[in-house]
Amino acid sequence: MNTNTRSSADRAAAGAPMASSERRVLSSRPVYLDLLRIRLPVPGLVSFLHRISGALLFLVGIPLLLAGVGMSLASPESFAQLRNAVANPVAKLVLLGLAWAYIHHFCAGIRFLLLDIHQGIDLPGARRSSVIVLVVSVALTVVVGARLW
Amino acid sequence: MVTRREAVGAHYGLKDWLLQRLTAVLMTAYTLLLLGIVLWRGGIDYTLWRALFANGAFLLASFLFMVALLYHAWIGVRDIYMDYVKSVALRLALQSISVAVLIAYLGWTIQILWGAR
Repeated sequence: MNTNTRSSADRAAAGAPMASSERRVLSSRPVYLDLLRIRLPVPGLVSFLHRISGALLFLVGIPLLLAGVGMSLASPESFAQLRNAVANPVAKLVLLGLAWAYIHHFCAGIRFLLLDIHQGIDLPGARRSSVIVLVVSVALTVVVGARLW
Repeated sequence: MVTRREAVGAHYGLKDWLLQRLTAVLMTAYTLLLLGIVLWRGGIDYTLWRALFANGAFLLASFLFMVALLYHAWIGVRDIYMDYVKSVALRLALQSISVAVLIAYLGWTIQILWGAR
């Protein structure tokens, strides 16, 4: 692996190049990258889910959005076809998953924008807003689910 | 300190970071607008849906939303590739495919939006 392309976080985690005074303190810390045993803090979880939801929206969301909007606008018949397709339980589950991805990405995104303009950047505030993002996203997804079924 | 610049890197500038946020704000406004219309009308049927897209301002807003979405998606997937795909060759391949797909989506968007008029 090329060390130049590694992120500073990687280097810090590996205890590699940094000031000697820092190295003495940090090198005794456990380097603990077992994903099954790492306990991610809540803001980290929100950030991780932001990325997962973004990837999901890119891979599945955008093509389905275009296909759906295309069908909905083409003709009254294709509009009705789309209605029928969405009534399918599997389609409803996919839509619910995508709804969560969009809503979470939306809420977490607004949180990041607020952090950018230095709102709620203290640790308790950042933790609180992370919990709010998680709870509001799930609550709004439930509302969408109730509307779907 | 950046010691080596990659052709498939972030170009170490502010432009993409800023555009990621500007496109996000634009998409937020459009999402709230559309949600507002749907809630205000108490649902959408075909006639209303067509009438909405026959409105030039809404059509352009929808087009702007899609352009913002596709550019926002590009910055996002590029960031993911830069974080996890360490091989420059593989990253170049993935980025090229993603750009091609996103530009194709833009063509599809134009077909849908202006084909419906």
